[in-house]
Amino acid sequence: MRRAGSRATGIVAIAVSVVVFLVPFAFIFLTASKDASSASRLEFTWPTQWAFTENLTEVLTTRDGIVVRAFLNSTVLTVVSVAVMVVLAAMVGYLLQRRKSRLNPVVNFFVLAGLIVPPAVVPTIWVLQQTGLFKTMPGLILIEATFGLSFCVLLFRAFVATIPRELDEAAIIDGAGPLRLFFAVILPLLRPVIITIVVVQAVNVFNDFTNPLYFLPGDENATVQLTLYNFQSQMVSQFNLLFMDILLITVPPLVMYIFFNRQIVAGMTSGAVKG
Amino acid sequence: MTEVGSAKRRRTAGSGSTSATQRSIYPTWFYLPAGVLYLIFFAVPTFASFWFSLTRWTLFDTEFIGLDNFVQFFAEPQLSRGFLNTLIYGFVTSGAKVVLGLALAVLLTSQLVGRGYLRSVVFFPVLVSTIGVGITFKALLDPFDGVVNTMLATFGIEGPGWFTDPNQALLTIAAVDVWKGLGIATLIYIAGIVAIPQEYYEAARVDGAGAWRQFRSITLPLVQPATATVIILSLIGGLRSFDLIWATTGGGPGFTSDVIGSVIYKQYQAGFYGLSTAGNVILFLVVTAIMVPVSLLLNRKEVDR
Repeated sequence: MRRAGSRATGIVAIAVSVVVFLVPFAFIFLTASKDASSASRLEFTWPTQWAFTENLTEVLTTRDGIVVRAFLNSTVLTVVSVAVMVVLAAMVGYLLQRRKSRLNPVVNFFVLAGLIVPPAVVPTIWVLQQTGLFKTMPGLILIEATFGLSFCVLLFRAFVATIPRELDEAAIIDGAGPLRLFFAVILPLLRPVIITIVVVQAVNVFNDFTNPLYFLPGDENATVQLTLYNFQSQMVSQFNLLFMDILLITVPPLVMYIFFNRQIVAGMTSGAVKG
Repeated sequence: MTEVGSAKRRRTAGSGSTSATQRSIYPTWFYLPAGVLYLIFFAVPTFASFWFSLTRWTLFDTEFIGLDNFVQFFAEPQLSRGFLNTLIYGFVTSGAKVVLGLALAVLLTSQLVGRGYLRSVVFFPVLVSTIGVGITFKALLDPFDGVVNTMLATFGIEGPGWFTDPNQALLTIAAVDVWKGLGIATLIYIAGIVAIPQEYYEAARVDGAGAWRQFRSITLPLVQPATATVIILSLIGGLRSFDLIWATTGGGPGFTSDVIGSVIYKQYQAGFYGLSTAGNVILFLVVTAIMVPVSLLLNRKEVDR
């Protein structure tokens, strides 16, 4: 009886998931494979003529290959900003967990504030202008890194607690300085939580729309999310290209997820929930 | 054997001079790089926003006008509507994510056909860009050509104007937000449920507790830390939301689906930097006023247990 019941639930769940989750993805894929006129009807039908490769090349070559440039920009932005936030946040999380001092409550307060408080947009632009970083890639990189710090610190702090202190002392006796200790001993041990953070934050930064919109306007250094947004207004009649762009942009996060699927759950379990 | 012995000796040697070594192994300057970024790009703009919100600001010069921006914000319906919408949106999305996320996680941790497939498919939308999701649902929910309403029409149901009906638009966006973000909530709940020892359930079954009773008396109280995480993350996200609204309705029709985030962008675009920053300060106050008591309450419950 129980087994039959659970099998029925499973089948119902699969049926519901197909309608709720797979139909939208199939719709993206099918529309991206149609020619312009049949795509504009927005129907959920099999394409009469597969135009997948044509649409792909057209998206990649539109407006002097702005999509390709945007992919490069987004890759640089994601890789550098995630690297910066991982190293800096790991240093903070490590120290916060290891060293008990009167500074701890203060740092904890700022970490929580960074997680909760919404960034003040126009004053941030003003700061970027004062430092000459407005509309530059380094400026946006530093912004993304800063905004991601708090979340990473929380995960790191929880995880460092699982690394025995004896290890630190052993390394010190073996002659390691604080920097050697952190970069050569601690950082490699943080690997599981680093993977979680890298995947989560890489997807976040890559998919971020708001910050590039405010802090990096202009076509020559557009990120992929901005090309999508521009396509939307320019190509109302060319849904096939619009959806091809969506499809393209989804590939990198998807690949990351497929590779690191298991580790993400493990890292979440050790950090986010128990923290 | 000698390994263990020497490790022990090291430990005693280390603990003898704890305070002295602590200073050198854990240098406070490790806070510095992150602290500098935080100070320049986060703390300074946040504090500056309190001043700039009291000015008429053109980026070149500022004129102090007191609380006029705030008065204007709450006097003009197209601005103050965003305030109310933000609250509705934040609470609806996070409430739905808690309920649906927990239900899905319970389902996906039970013995189920196609469990692996279901877990990944629920998480899928998390990976797609918000703008992409917005564009896709705008097409799917188009009142005339859209797939959803065409389907409904074959059953003789006249579908609503999802994004075009002023009474409907905000809730439709909230539903799409839940569709996209549910995977994270479910993942956190799965992690929480998996951590509950199986013995509790076995003991309960021996005592004759049914499935519902087991859920109410074991699962629900013991996933409390996961619930706290889900509520805090989804409330913060919901109250600050901007991109999905911008990609679907742009705050329309009229300004019926505007939230504070979209009001901030519109005022910024129009060059009203002071007013835009006042919107930021209001958002700051709203988020803080809600998040501080919520997180205190959730954390206190956790300690009590």
